[in-house]
Amino acid sequence: MANTAALEGINGLRDIRRSPASHLASALEAGSVEGTVVLKEGPFQTMAGIRVDPRSEQGSRIASVAGGLPARCGEVAGSDGVSVLWLGPAEFLVVAPEEAHDSLGGDLIGSLTAALGDAPGQVVDLSANRTTFELSGPRARAVLEKGCAVDLHPRSIKPGTALNTEVGNIPVVLLKSGEESFRLFPRASFADFLGRWLLDAMREYASPEVP
Amino acid sequence: MLLISCPNCGSRDETEFHYGGQAHVAYPENPNDLTDREWAEYLFYRDNTKGTFAERWLHSTGCRQWFNMLRDTVTYDIQAVYPMGTPRPAAAGAAAVAAPDAGTASTAPDSTTTGTAAPSTTATSISPTSTASSTTAPEGATK
Ligand SMILES: [Zn+2]
Repeated sequence: MANTAALEGINGLRDIRRSPASHLASALEAGSVEGTVVLKEGPFQTMAGIRVDPRSEQGSRIASVAGGLPARCGEVAGSDGVSVLWLGPAEFLVVAPEEAHDSLGGDLIGSLTAALGDAPGQVVDLSANRTTFELSGPRARAVLEKGCAVDLHPRSIKPGTALNTEVGNIPVVLLKSGEESFRLFPRASFADFLGRWLLDAMREYASPEVP
Repeated sequence: MLLISCPNCGSRDETEFHYGGQAHVAYPENPNDLTDREWAEYLFYRDNTKGTFAERWLHSTGCRQWFNMLRDTVTYDIQAVYPMGTPRPAAAGAAAVAAPDAGTASTAPDSTTTGTAAPSTTATSISPTSTASSTTAPEGATK
């Protein structure tokens, strides 16, 4: 018989849910250089993909639920721990803590779906689509610059900017979360490759700097 | 590596984009009226321009939007980026030989109509054919 104790939460399977890079957890810990560059896989998050014309009536209804829609590339809108990332002129990614998911007592997906109603557009639960890597430390930018062509210099990218781009040839949403920290959202199937790619890029910073 | 200016996202690496072939190839107004040869030419025949070429691009790992671009197939000089559905801008057809700073004055009003009589060394062997030559489709029906 199935272990009924585990059948709670998301589709009754919350306790046995595994994150896409969970098998790398010890490698991420071993490969991190405290005070220089640290890589972690972030906690589960609730994500919703939204396609809606932001200038339409349904667009403003969704904006009022999500806490605003970003107007252009790089911008992040949202409120109360809910971030709305710009993916395209009519495409957005809502990122919220795991508890915001309807199956865990929240109402994010349901309220977004209700806000769209029957109007043209879509709201899709993408919570399992992407995982989160958190890369931080004074060398975080140098690590990313090995495989990311957008200008990551602080003069051109400020904390609170999110870009849909490539890191290590993997399509990711790259969010600059602090002065020296980044969040990367790769699709689940790329998490293993990107995790190992980042570890490889971080390796040189474990050795003493060559003058 | 090309650095392509997406109208939505700004300058990004070529690897973020997908090439969409020749621009301004309109869908035939009445496909049933076409002969097999005309239909095949609409489907498969494209200009192979040496020089300024209007082409479609998709920013596939960015904003996922299509746009048009005028690019010199010899120098890779990007002369103009313009939205889908708008006509090809008049870009300097002989820009590659006319001026060392070619490309910056892409949509300048003083530039001559594209490809007509450009005495360019790059265009002497192949006549600069008009983009509509390979199809019988009506103009202005681009997506
Ligand atoms: Zn773009």
